[in-house]
Amino acid sequence: MGAQVQVQGLRIVAGARHAEQTIVHDLSFAIAPGEVLALIGESGSGKTTTALAMMGYARTGCRIAAGSVRIGDTEVLALDAAGQRALRGRRVSYIAQSAAASFNPSRTIMDQVVEPALIHATATRPEAEAKAVALFRELALPSPDTIGARYPHQVSGGQLQRLMAAMALITDPELVILDEPTTALDVTTQIDVLRAFRRVVRERRTTAVYVSHDLAVVAQMADHILVLRDGQMRELGATPQILAAPAHDYTQSLLAAARPKVREAGTTSAATAATAETPLLEVRQLSAGYGPRDKHGQPKALILEDINLKLYRGQAIGVIGESGSGKTTLARAIAGLIPPCRGEMLFDGQPMPPTLEQRSKEELRRVQIVFQMADTALNPSQTIERILARPLQFYRGLSGQALQRRIRELLDLVKLPATVAGRLPGGLSGGQKQRVNLARALAAEPELILCDEVTSALDTVVGAAVLDLIAELRRELGLSYLFISHDLHTVRSVCDEIVVMQHGRKLAQVARADYERGPHHPYYELLARSVPELRQGWLDEQAAAA
Amino acid sequence: MPWPGLLGLAILLGWLLVTAFGPALLGQDGADMGNADVFAPMSAQHWLGTDYLGRDMLARVVQGARYTVGIALLATLLASSVGTLLALLAAASAPWVDALLSRGIDTMTSIPSKMLALIIVAAFGSTLPMLIPTAALIYVPGAFRIARSLAVNINAMDYVTVARTRGEGRLYIMLHEILPNIVNPMLADLGLRFVYVVLLLASLSFLGLGVQPPDADWGSLVRENIGALANGSAAIIAPALAIASLTIAVNLLIDNLPGRAARGEH
Repeated sequence: MGAQVQVQGLRIVAGARHAEQTIVHDLSFAIAPGEVLALIGESGSGKTTTALAMMGYARTGCRIAAGSVRIGDTEVLALDAAGQRALRGRRVSYIAQSAAASFNPSRTIMDQVVEPALIHATATRPEAEAKAVALFRELALPSPDTIGARYPHQVSGGQLQRLMAAMALITDPELVILDEPTTALDVTTQIDVLRAFRRVVRERRTTAVYVSHDLAVVAQMADHILVLRDGQMRELGATPQILAAPAHDYTQSLLAAARPKVREAGTTSAATAATAETPLLEVRQLSAGYGPRDKHGQPKALILEDINLKLYRGQAIGVIGESGSGKTTLARAIAGLIPPCRGEMLFDGQPMPPTLEQRSKEELRRVQIVFQMADTALNPSQTIERILARPLQFYRGLSGQALQRRIRELLDLVKLPATVAGRLPGGLSGGQKQRVNLARALAAEPELILCDEVTSALDTVVGAAVLDLIAELRRELGLSYLFISHDLHTVRSVCDEIVVMQHGRKLAQVARADYERGPHHPYYELLARSVPELRQGWLDEQAAAA
Repeated sequence: MPWPGLLGLAILLGWLLVTAFGPALLGQDGADMGNADVFAPMSAQHWLGTDYLGRDMLARVVQGARYTVGIALLATLLASSVGTLLALLAAASAPWVDALLSRGIDTMTSIPSKMLALIIVAAFGSTLPMLIPTAALIYVPGAFRIARSLAVNINAMDYVTVARTRGEGRLYIMLHEILPNIVNPMLADLGLRFVYVVLLLASLSFLGLGVQPPDADWGSLVRENIGALANGSAAIIAPALAIASLTIAVNLLIDNLPGRAARGEH
């Protein structure tokens, strides 16, 4: 049974002694025993900082300046170091986002799962192990009796996340903090993990804090939702109220961004009219992989096998699949970064050479690639102006006034103020960086843009704005996209057709008109079913259906 | 620039001036044994006392500056720039170029540095113009190793991939995409390497391969006068302080170069 949690006037500051900035402003809330409170907000909103403060912990550089956190009858912030040690892992436990980074790779799973119980001496080793096995069973892990003997790398990411939950629950804590526990998982894995978490939290009546940026996930897990922005509470309410009648503007925009939305190309009826003309890009029986090639020209690790794809001018095709399905490899093969070992690519009816070195400048210009991580896609030592100027000089030979004018136009096109031109990428937010990233691709005036998970690293609201921009650019400039993503929502909203990939093979291709109409390939159905929907009770329905 | 950087710059400029004009201004001959005592203490006539042969120590230090500052600085700059350029080439080229360069330089590292110097001096004679490339050659592998490991990491970044898909040439990728992002650690490395070169010069002189007597760089001055260590004579303290001040100045200057802080290093 969980404890009553009461937070009063919590204020957390960061920075040097004399230049402290408040990152969490006078937060007060309470959680009834056995309830789940979700902290939701974008990155930098202070949600993890708040969650960590519930254990009396502040990250390096941060300091809990004021307030009170009561768990049961204990005032957490008044505890000394020894008191905090006795509290953490015993009465309050923490489940981190990346289980892979939280397990020691050189010790067995059982050793690590029973560790909190042994440290706090709540059980002897055999008792703790028996309890761990019971927890494994509760969390629906395969072969619960023997999985503990394995090492972390011998289980999957989703299993590891559940094992971490077992580690957190082994001491029967009064409060569990779950910090984005499913964000790094594939959708089909996420649903299993969510289901397992929900069951143990319900059955044990544990009080829990669930930190997430994903409103649809939170809707399945939480009784109450606290919306945070810039360290301030924007709204606190019961889940049904927040979902149905959000009071605050920011909550409304969060909800709007999380709702599926169709961003059609509008006037271009490319998908229908184009079938007669030559495709802009045609991929025929493409196979590609990594590593040295054997005598048949087969690479050591074959990633893509026998991919066929046609993309017409003005069309947007989404490529969807789980991690390891080969979708990024496909984009890299088309971009010329990985020479295919078999098959061919035609661009506008003309064969396209397989490697970068063989392609002409003009061929290179027509296909541009935009990467997922805007942080690593922009050279940190070049100003935005220089980043955008280079393709203009390189492909178009622009200089002087014309160059400056074009840079301003590009910034305008991606809706960035002209003032960012002089800044280094470090001075931009994640969403702004992704816009610069897009602008650089647009500078080449390409016909096809390969988008590799362009919104995956962005917050919901920011990501939605970038998607809007992508759809708008397509409408205005008649661009074609190959849009790679693991998120079916995203792909559905911007693409005319969806290619489903698994284990390096193309399984199915679904046109927009058929998104809602079945029957589809079972794997597509599974993906579609696994995307959490923005309403309560969705997870239970899925459980009932399964 | 913050004050430690300015201090470093001031000391370095001071030593450069001494190198250029010192011997002429001083008007005292460092080779003159005169009639002073061996290891004489500081006096009005000999500001820094005398050395083991009774020569004026101040004149010796000022003359030594030419060798230490000149040879060491030039050799270090040469070693770091050659090492960095080769590393950039290795990182931005095909795997076989990288393998060839890396293994070639590994082979060089396997020859003990003093022995390598011995071979070069034996083959070409011990002249100042030879000492600089010799010292540089010995420190190229170290600079190459560090620069290559940094450059390989940068080369894997998406912005380098973007540049490659744009069709940029190898030189552009090396100099515009990779170099600006490894230049700061390489500058810090240059500061450290400078100290090593000073030490190398001293040990080469000890073996009779470096600056030839009666000329002496600061390292050799320390070694010649090591006999005075027990009684704390200025003859050994002065060159040691000179080495310390120069290396600290170089490192202070490099650590505080403008742009390093502005680039938001964490």
